[in-house]
Amino acid sequence: MLRKLSVLAAAVGLLTVGVAGPALANGGAKEAKDVHWSFEGPFGKFDQAQLQRGFKVYREVCSACHSLKLVAFRNLGDKGAPFYNEKYPNSNDNPWVKAIAKDYEIGDIDSETGDAIKRPATGADHFPSPFANEAAARASNGGALPPDMSLLAKAREEGPAHIYSVVTGYKTPPAGLKVPTGGHYNEYFPGDLTSAWSGSHEHVPPGGFIAMAPPLKDGLVTFDDGTKSTLDQEAKDVSAFLMWAAEPKLEERKQTGFAVILYLLLLSGLLFASYKTVWRNESH
Amino acid sequence: MSGHSTYQPKTGFERWLDARLPIVRLGYDSFVDYPTPRNLNYWWTFGGILSLCLASQLITGIILVMHYTPSAQGAFASVEHIMRDVNYGWLIRYMHANGASMFFIAVYIHMLRGLYYGSYKAPREVLWLLGCVIYLLMMATAFMGYVLPWGQMSFHGAVVITNLFGALPLVGESITTWLWGGFAVDNPTLNRFFSLHYLLPFMIAGVVILHIWALHVVGQNNPTGVEPKSKADVLPFTPYATVKDGFAMSVFLILFAFFVFYMPNALGHADNYIEANPLVTPSHIVPEWYFLPFYAILRAVPDKLMGVLAMFGAIACLFALPWLDTSKVRSMRYRPTAKIYFVFFLVASCILGVCGAKLPDDPVIPHLTTFQLMGSDLNSFVWLSRIAALYYFAFFLIVLPVLGLVEKTLPVPDSIASPALSADAHKG
Amino acid sequence: MADTAVGATTEPEHGSDPSRRDFIHIAAIAAAAGGAATLVWPFIDQMNPSADTRALASTEFDLTKVAEGQQVTIKWRGKPLFVRNRTKAEIAKAVADDHAALKDPETDAQRVKPGKAQWLIVGGNCTHLGCVPTFGGGEYGGWFCPCHGSVYDTSGRIRKGPAPKNLVVPEYAFLTDTKVKIG
Repeated sequence: MLRKLSVLAAAVGLLTVGVAGPALANGGAKEAKDVHWSFEGPFGKFDQAQLQRGFKVYREVCSACHSLKLVAFRNLGDKGAPFYNEKYPNSNDNPWVKAIAKDYEIGDIDSETGDAIKRPATGADHFPSPFANEAAARASNGGALPPDMSLLAKAREEGPAHIYSVVTGYKTPPAGLKVPTGGHYNEYFPGDLTSAWSGSHEHVPPGGFIAMAPPLKDGLVTFDDGTKSTLDQEAKDVSAFLMWAAEPKLEERKQTGFAVILYLLLLSGLLFASYKTVWRNESH
Repeated sequence: MSGHSTYQPKTGFERWLDARLPIVRLGYDSFVDYPTPRNLNYWWTFGGILSLCLASQLITGIILVMHYTPSAQGAFASVEHIMRDVNYGWLIRYMHANGASMFFIAVYIHMLRGLYYGSYKAPREVLWLLGCVIYLLMMATAFMGYVLPWGQMSFHGAVVITNLFGALPLVGESITTWLWGGFAVDNPTLNRFFSLHYLLPFMIAGVVILHIWALHVVGQNNPTGVEPKSKADVLPFTPYATVKDGFAMSVFLILFAFFVFYMPNALGHADNYIEANPLVTPSHIVPEWYFLPFYAILRAVPDKLMGVLAMFGAIACLFALPWLDTSKVRSMRYRPTAKIYFVFFLVASCILGVCGAKLPDDPVIPHLTTFQLMGSDLNSFVWLSRIAALYYFAFFLIVLPVLGLVEKTLPVPDSIASPALSADAHKG
Repeated sequence: MADTAVGATTEPEHGSDPSRRDFIHIAAIAAAAGGAATLVWPFIDQMNPSADTRALASTEFDLTKVAEGQQVTIKWRGKPLFVRNRTKAEIAKAVADDHAALKDPETDAQRVKPGKAQWLIVGGNCTHLGCVPTFGGGEYGGWFCPCHGSVYDTSGRIRKGPAPKNLVVPEYAFLTDTKVKIG
């Protein structure tokens, strides 16, 4: 009968993998660590220094495997972005944007000869991907696909806190857990460890196996603003940067929202007064 | 539209136009002079709110189409183009995405109001049926709209829902293939869903006009369920109803704005920010919140075809409602027993909603194992949803038909004005 | 609505001031109208060029690709742009006509950068209705528009036909002797 139910679930999901099988929505991973972000709350804003540090972490570490294909270099100079400067309202003129873009090479076609060439990026270009295609990315990463990072912070239920938790959540596997080759035990990564666990069924360790080796460690990146580069700091900063990458209009949205709600409260008050006035002589 | 028109053309132009196209007269009779029961409460403002929702969805939708690319290759990127590059694109897309949820919040309240106050009973059966048609069209539109961003949930949601039709005997497989335009959900499916997602809202708008027409023929119901008898029972639509509707809309917009600006992704699913990948299914497929009760009914039945039938049956009950309820008393205000069953119906619907979001075999009470029944532990969401689904159907198919014949009702007032006036006498 | 509202509640009672009541209705309507009007702006502005389109608004071009007497057409902001390496004869002809009867009077020097008279960079759309003129047609040695017969000289000035203006000189600057940034 349990099989029959699974079959029903499979009918619902058609693709059997994942739906019919395990009943672990979050894969039994630990709940993400509670992080305080500067961009939380109705008046939240990105911390520009943090975004710049986070960008450096992405650039020097993550970008080796993870693409950021939805973000253009010019975005780095937009309002609320890591390198925004009031002096350059047009992000294409922003000298930091130009300098960063110049360091990247973009594949292009020579308009004269038609040959494939490489040219330095401009502000209008998007971040180039480290791998030519998915197959190449998998081949270089032991079969695993490093996800694109442009929307990562929104594509995980727990948001940037999840990224932070995974990056800082590597642990020595407990005795009795058989870690497969190319896997790394992580308490915050979703998965189901039941089959790899030789201990009691009740005490399956939380988390899952992640193909990515611990990417960050103390002192891996030298921050330009003198902030001490601990693992924790690097993880937090890159998570904040990825939140910006996923939702670059966050500041504008929250600021607009404040004005809109204030206006609607006023309008509701006026309409209520008008309503009371219209109805004042009518019983209802 | 009903009764005698009191419209008096004032200027020469109005007289000229009125003799040729009496559109001003139509507007005047429908939205100015139209008599509304004086005792309508705030639950009656949701009709206006729904018009606002429809208008908002139409406008933002038409705008989004100016920037969206309906192709499996380009859809996901074009949505992100809207979010990142189009001027105010983020605002318009979040309005559209959250607007769908707001639309359903409002429509559920509107339907429950009709259910509670007996707004489906004679002579309002057609009015109610047209409402059910709108609801059905809304569900189809919302589902196809959710597919368009071509994220993981879009894609696999489309796979699951289209496969429902595969449950039909004999023709099922041909129908799914026909729906897909191929052997799986792919570019042709996206394109036809896009086309229909653009078309259906205009059909909704058309049926809304019929709905309002029917409303103006039979007149509005009211909390007492007693038809207006004299001029003392009614007030002109403008300004009385307009200003009240306006106030309610404004308050509703605060809720809407709160979602759009402060938690725009709370009602969506994180997986939909991952581009569709036919090779990997998200670990937990759930529909949008407004489909959850029906999804729970679908999963409650341990047979594919029966599950699909049960789900459509749940909607069919709504269509049959005017002929299922046998009570002579319209408003549940005067039906104390029915009121209790109604509250349980609300609870059952909410439970179904929760069950729809959970995995069927997860325990309701954590760490408690009872005994196995039909292959599942009794302490599981699938069993909870079975109980709730059973009540859902019992409410329509047993409670309402039987209760109307046997229940003791409270005395119904002679007219709308009489209880209102007596309350007034109390005050003064 | 305000009129009807006040009209419907005929006699002022309880000593409340009718003008104050009027004010509430007017304020509510004004606030609603103001809000609606503000909301219209995003709906209009979304049709303006988006950020990625604006980012492509300027382009760089290497002049060494154009030999003397030749012209290269490049696409800029979705429209053609003529980059012409003019011969001495063409320049002389253009300068000679500086004071002829011109429909849209401009000297040749005003249409090129100082000291770079050989480089003429003009928009490749006829100022009449936007067709693309061809070089070498017409009696002024410049461009001829096949659509409605406008004739331009070697400076891109309108000399004959329905077009009202000279071919547009875009905003551009020499980055080096052989490289220009357009836009």
